[in-house]
Amino acid sequence: MSNLIRPALVLTVAMTLLTGLVYPLAMTGLTQMVFPAQAAGSLVAQDGKVIGSSLIAQGFKEPGYFHPRPSLAGEGYDGALSGASNLGVTSKALIEAVGARVDAAGVVGTVPVDLVTASGSGLDPHVSPMAALVQVPRIAQARNLPEETVRALVQSHTEERILGFIGEPRVNVLMLNLALDDRKP
Amino acid sequence: MSPTDLLQILLFLALILAIAPFLGAYMARVFEGRVGFLAPAERAIYAACGTDASEEQSWSRYLGAVLLFNLAGFALLFGILLTQHWLPWNPAGMAPLDWDLAFNTAVSFVTNTNWQAYGGESTLSYFSQMVGLTVQNFVSAATGIAVAVAITRGIARRQARTLGNFTVDLTRGVLYILLPLSILVALALVWQGVPQNLAAYVDATTVEGAQQMLAQGPAASQIAIKQLGTNGGGFFSVNSAHPYENPTPISNLIQMVAILAIPAGLALTYGHMVGDKRQGWAIFAAMGVLFLAGFAVTYWAEMQGNPLLASLPVDQAAGNMEGKETRFGVVNSVLWAVSTTAASNGSVNAMHDSFTPLGGLVLLLNIQLGEIIYGGVGAGLYGMLLFVVLAVFIAGLMVGRTPEYLGKKIESREVKLAVLGMLSMPVGILGFGALAAVLPVALASVQDAGPHGLSEILYAYSSATGNNGSAFAGFGADTPYHNVMLGLAMILGRYAFIAAMLAVAGSLAAKKITPPSAGSFPTHGPLFVGLLIGTILIVGGLTFFPVLALGPIAEHLAMLAGTKF
Repeated sequence: MSNLIRPALVLTVAMTLLTGLVYPLAMTGLTQMVFPAQAAGSLVAQDGKVIGSSLIAQGFKEPGYFHPRPSLAGEGYDGALSGASNLGVTSKALIEAVGARVDAAGVVGTVPVDLVTASGSGLDPHVSPMAALVQVPRIAQARNLPEETVRALVQSHTEERILGFIGEPRVNVLMLNLALDDRKP
Repeated sequence: MSPTDLLQILLFLALILAIAPFLGAYMARVFEGRVGFLAPAERAIYAACGTDASEEQSWSRYLGAVLLFNLAGFALLFGILLTQHWLPWNPAGMAPLDWDLAFNTAVSFVTNTNWQAYGGESTLSYFSQMVGLTVQNFVSAATGIAVAVAITRGIARRQARTLGNFTVDLTRGVLYILLPLSILVALALVWQGVPQNLAAYVDATTVEGAQQMLAQGPAASQIAIKQLGTNGGGFFSVNSAHPYENPTPISNLIQMVAILAIPAGLALTYGHMVGDKRQGWAIFAAMGVLFLAGFAVTYWAEMQGNPLLASLPVDQAAGNMEGKETRFGVVNSVLWAVSTTAASNGSVNAMHDSFTPLGGLVLLLNIQLGEIIYGGVGAGLYGMLLFVVLAVFIAGLMVGRTPEYLGKKIESREVKLAVLGMLSMPVGILGFGALAAVLPVALASVQDAGPHGLSEILYAYSSATGNNGSAFAGFGADTPYHNVMLGLAMILGRYAFIAAMLAVAGSLAAKKITPPSAGSFPTHGPLFVGLLIGTILIVGGLTFFPVLALGPIAEHLAMLAGTKF
């Protein structure tokens, strides 16, 4: 038994140095040279100030902006406290929450399901193209823009499936809203 | 099924089928000592350990080496988690963990479970994530591979006393397999947008003027090995549903392939090492059939959406989207969920707690069958070999012959050991689960009312005993009671299988190999694959059907009847 103790301890130290320090620190150094923007969290800056990350949803509430999916990350859209409802499909709380969101959405006709269900992370930066399009009338009215213009902007910000089949079509809400501000602040 | 969904599934399966044979053959060469591009590093480690690389160990010494190494890893990680406030790289000022959470987390990562009773970005310092967790991500995976390789040697060798050297097997697994693959995957993930830095959390002022704190960290390096080593412990709380942890459909595909690549490859490594590739493919095929069946049921269930929302003006064409991310949709969420529960990985890209009852049932059953559908790295193979022992025993009973596997007689000692190992699943899941279902202190953690509440308890103890690590995350696991009991379930599930199968391998290694005759039962054809699948489903079904009827099946019927809880 005693001659099994030394390898156990030495291996623990050696592997800690190799996989716990050398590997992650080397990867940090390397990726900061090769992919600096991504390694730093895909931050978006405006006038030198960080206004968010293109990968993390923000809680847009004003009628003149596209709204993201509902969030249960912290108090909502907390970038340091990701979270979901984790409610089962037969949960009363879930059905009531979805009902309340449908009422609040103020959409004519049916609401796309992603717009009234909470995402897995609470930080989902995307909505489906349909969920963006149903918001167009509200934004056009608030900004006094023709609906056609807003709709065209949604279409130009729609990311299609990669190679036509990988992933789902989607619209990045923060980037779309920034484009909207660029067009008519 | 839409054509794009079908194409995504076919692409994923094609990638696994393309990678597994190549990786399987390479891993066989690594453990036969025929790969040596890092020989100087290898030699330095053996010298420091005082290990003679050519000196082999009996099954009991090999087991002793595994246990002592895992104990040392546990002690180090437990210590780091209790003292992280004194250690460097803690820009967010994280406090030390309570003892029960530190115990649970340390056990969880040492046993390759990677159950998370904490939220990464709100609990752990960068030091704890890197020097604590990333290390165990590597070595718990390498431990599993080493044990599987030792057991394979036991089956392949004739009249031998030894199974290999643990120090050598572990070192080779890390140096030649896990580390090179992790470097590649980590680079690809950062390219897709996963952060890799040691910076403080970013305080952003949003477009509407609100404050938003953005968690950062050395995420990519940990996520790469989290998937490759079927660990599954997320850098962030919601794991690979987090857009920083899994930003695009491409990062999602890379991570899904990384989950299954090594477990699928190891089934074929087995064929190489026993000198008959068909044996590896037979095991691979049994795993594949169970995988596809589970996928089909879950995909169908999730595409139905939630019938209880039918009275609202909601367009559910996209399926059941609660707890799922837009960029993945139902198809990639289901493909991932089935892979991660089949492979004992436990990372999630959608919240399993919000899956439909039948979808959740498949995920539960994948875990309860013993994590053998590809399974954890190494653990899936030796778990499957346990069922192979049972299957040839049952075949032997049916035709009235002494059961044989690859020319070795399977006798009462091997069958008893296999059953003993397998019994850890019902003890950990049903025993511990039943206790949690009656004790008030345990019941307080249940979030959902009705049958779904029972499913939450069941999922927690299945995940722990099966060393999976995914959760029905509404279950409030971070209490002293569950931290301790789930920790014990993880230890039981991990080491009962390892000890039983190493003992079986030790006893098989000592046996003679009788050449196959006309009366031998072939263990590479469709008949054997069918028998193996039957054995797995009968054992799993008989053990867990009653409780599944009370949980997910009852919830499904309630849902169809329009009942809410």
